Amino acid sequence: MKLLILLVIVVGIIAVAQLAKIYQLSARLRGHREEDISEADTRLQGSLWIVFMLVLFGTTIWQFIRYGDYLPPSASLHGEAVDTLMSYNLALVIFVFFVVNALIFGFSFKYRYDKNRTAHFFPHDTRLEVIWTVIPSIVLAVIIIYGLQTWSEMTGPAADDSIRVELYSKQFDWTARYAGDNDEFGSTNFNLITPLNPLGIVTQDGIDQALLKIEDKIAKLNNEITAEKGHLLAEKLELERSLHPADDHGHAGHDDAHHEVSEGYKNNLENRLAAIDDLLESGAATVMTVAAYEAKEDKIYRLQRHRQRILELKNYELGEDLNAWEVGEDDRIVKSEFHLPIGREIEFIFRSRDVLHSAFMPHFRAQMNTVPGLPTRFKITTTITTDSMRTILDNPDFNYILLCNKICGSAHFNMQMTVVVETQEEYDAWLSEQKVYMAEKN
Amino acid sequence: MGILGVSMSVLFRLQLGWPGESFAILETFLGKWAPGGVLDRNAYLALVTIHGTIMVFFVLTAGLSGTFSNLLIPLQIGARDMASGFLNMLSYWFFVISCVVMVFSLFVEGGAASAGWTIYPPLSALPQAMPGSGMGMTLWLVSMTLFVVSSLLGSLNYIVTIINLRTKGLSMTRLPLTIWAFFVTAILGVLSFPVLVSAVVLLLMDRMMGTAFYLSDIFIGGEALDATGGSPILYQHLFWFLGHPEVYIVLLPALGISSEVIATNSRKPIFGYKAMVGSIIAIGFLSFIVWAHHMFVTGMNPFLGSVFVFTTLLIAIPSAVKAFNYITTLWRGNIRLTPAMLFSIGLVSTFVTGGLTGIILADSALDVTVHDTYFVVGHFHIVMGLSAIFGMFSGVYHWFSKMFGRMMNTKLGYVHFWFTIVCGYGVFFPMHFVGLAGAPRRYYDSFSFDFIDSVMDLQPIISTFAIVGSLAQLVFLFNFFYSIFRGQPATQNPWKSNTLEWTTPVEHIHGNWPGALPEVHRWAYDYSNPAHDEDFVMQTTPLKDGEIGH
Repeated sequence: MKLLILLVIVVGIIAVAQLAKIYQLSARLRGHREEDISEADTRLQGSLWIVFMLVLFGTTIWQFIRYGDYLPPSASLHGEAVDTLMSYNLALVIFVFFVVNALIFGFSFKYRYDKNRTAHFFPHDTRLEVIWTVIPSIVLAVIIIYGLQTWSEMTGPAADDSIRVELYSKQFDWTARYAGDNDEFGSTNFNLITPLNPLGIVTQDGIDQALLKIEDKIAKLNNEITAEKGHLLAEKLELERSLHPADDHGHAGHDDAHHEVSEGYKNNLENRLAAIDDLLESGAATVMTVAAYEAKEDKIYRLQRHRQRILELKNYELGEDLNAWEVGEDDRIVKSEFHLPIGREIEFIFRSRDVLHSAFMPHFRAQMNTVPGLPTRFKITTTITTDSMRTILDNPDFNYILLCNKICGSAHFNMQMTVVVETQEEYDAWLSEQKVYMAEKN
Repeated sequence: MGILGVSMSVLFRLQLGWPGESFAILETFLGKWAPGGVLDRNAYLALVTIHGTIMVFFVLTAGLSGTFSNLLIPLQIGARDMASGFLNMLSYWFFVISCVVMVFSLFVEGGAASAGWTIYPPLSALPQAMPGSGMGMTLWLVSMTLFVVSSLLGSLNYIVTIINLRTKGLSMTRLPLTIWAFFVTAILGVLSFPVLVSAVVLLLMDRMMGTAFYLSDIFIGGEALDATGGSPILYQHLFWFLGHPEVYIVLLPALGISSEVIATNSRKPIFGYKAMVGSIIAIGFLSFIVWAHHMFVTGMNPFLGSVFVFTTLLIAIPSAVKAFNYITTLWRGNIRLTPAMLFSIGLVSTFVTGGLTGIILADSALDVTVHDTYFVVGHFHIVMGLSAIFGMFSGVYHWFSKMFGRMMNTKLGYVHFWFTIVCGYGVFFPMHFVGLAGAPRRYYDSFSFDFIDSVMDLQPIISTFAIVGSLAQLVFLFNFFYSIFRGQPATQNPWKSNTLEWTTPVEHIHGNWPGALPEVHRWAYDYSNPAHDEDFVMQTTPLKDGEIGH
């Protein structure tokens, strides 16, 4: 197969080379020069421009017919304004596209070379130039003003009675959080993230849990490296030297008092020596490379710093508001699918655990990056329930979707969450069934 | 590098057009990157990243401003050589080393950099975030630094040469537009590339020295990192402060080349020379204050976003002036449809088409719906990719005889052009519809989403055009190399052009001109001037009695 492909390529190259050679020889015979474009060529190339123009315009129109209704109607309030803005802009863009390209291709055909004609000497015309500076300026001014109006409405502050939903991203899934009965989100800290506390919500229990987890890890790693065979042997050698210094010096007659150590200290060393011997004999000692050993040491150091940061958090003076840490206790955590009530303003707050992601909800015309260390926000007002949209689209399987739209790693394309828009009653019922953070701790 | 960049795009277009389909040939060539003939996910991201990097920096930047500046600046301003041969050589060798490092990065453990050509941290800063953020990313950063050094040295040389070494009579207002474009491009490069270096160096420090310029509050790989207080947004500001001028670093030389080619082949002076120079300068200036339009949805203050909407849309004005001036130059011309001319006309078309969709992206409210979708991919590939590459091809066909003393084959040029423009539009135009429907870019597989199902039948069409278009470039490569050795020997001024490079002898000599340097008496665009019999007047021709000079 490979050979065949290679063969085809080689034969192809030879064929083209031969053709070119024949063409060149014949050109030389006719006295033809490359820079002289023959009348036939001019006619052909000029007409090709027209053909190309027709094909380009034709396929453009066809694509508009075939793919023009690219997205279902907007399911959010600001999205309707965006869609209107988009259609005005698109109309303008398409209009200019057709006119200008028609001029370019048309002129290329109409004014193709003719040896009996001379070009019109026309180096500049201030009036014309002013016209096509001013007209785009006016059109752009309109676009800018209209666009910015929509933009400022979209990005203004959310109303007081809006529902706040936090969307939290990590490689490669989303988590949603709703405030509990106190209607307030608990504060978060990335140092407190554990499998039971995926968002790192700050509560007294959360802190204790995270500390326990870290202590566990440190202890485990310590065990591993203290039982390392090479290091045990080295320590053993060291201990033996301390206990029998004479062997080390290799000459007697030295002042014995110089090496005298207390009995207690000696006992300690001997006990340790015995413990090492036990370990070595029991076979519990592990063997690892220097790199692995150092990596574990390094890991312990990092965990200690992590612990230190949590301890600092724990010691943080809360002043009078001692309950501030407990507001997060009734937050509700939701995975794989989240719900929104119809007709309400929703303020999304976005956070990220690891890298940049982007919360993209095409049906709501909403998109915002999630940035580690920097909460971002976007507000929408829902207008169409999932059920109504299914009817509109005549597709019983339709669902709103939340996608990741900022490259975030190998499963970037597969990081999604389903969004359900429903009536207020359905929403309330759904929310009350959701898992309350820290519920399973008891 | 160009061949590499295009081949990569074909590879990932295979995956995008027919996801999961097995192509046995892939496994043969790529080995573990395509187990069972299906492109690996990480390899896909690496290909996308390196395709972008190679195309933007190594092909379009180096290929346009690097090669054409060095070729045309001395020839068109009547200089014996560039101001500093030494800088020139340094710039060249830094570029070569940078290429070697970049290619080498494909073969290290974990694969090449895979965080997209913009390599946003934290993804690019943390080796635990993806395999491509290991050694491959470090080499990417090193290669980029070398590239920037090369580009800076080159740019300084261009600026100095253009300011100091113009021949007698060649005032700035008589310069061909090519030289004006190279001049402004070099200034943009000198001002913006150092900012990329600082972004890259800070990222290297975050990766290797435990600093936290771009990192904050990160929990990854089961571990909370030390870093606090940094901001990933800072990187984006620094990156796009280069990144946006970079678009014009790529585009301006192409526009300069097409100005020259269009005037020559329309047998007409370029319309509105002063307005053309003015718009080059205006575009250059504005390109520095629009960078954050890449960041409308990063969580940047919305008011700051509005400022950038305003400045970005301002750029449309000088761009529109340029487009209209090109069209007026064509109007009532006597157009010789050479391959170079075809490519230049194609450039005007793609420049307009791609620029128009930019109006939509510049509008922050609309950007929210199409940001990072295929709409963006279509937009910048047409306005920057196709336009720039058309400018490059146009330049090669036009000045081939100055490079190698021979002519390229015209017929093959025609074949090459029509395949390229049809496939170019065929690949990137439908992408707008895919993007409007909401299909995100850089997805390994976008077939598993109900809501964009209706536009997914465009994907295989796009891929087919991409493959055919890439194969068509073989025609060019053949024509290029064949003509170097066997092309028709050139005459001194084959296109009957006015500028100084056509007064040099066909064969290459040291110092460009055998005798004294030419003296310039007029501007570069006296085509079909009714005061003269010939339809072109060389810049070295003295003014007639009573003729008003330019």
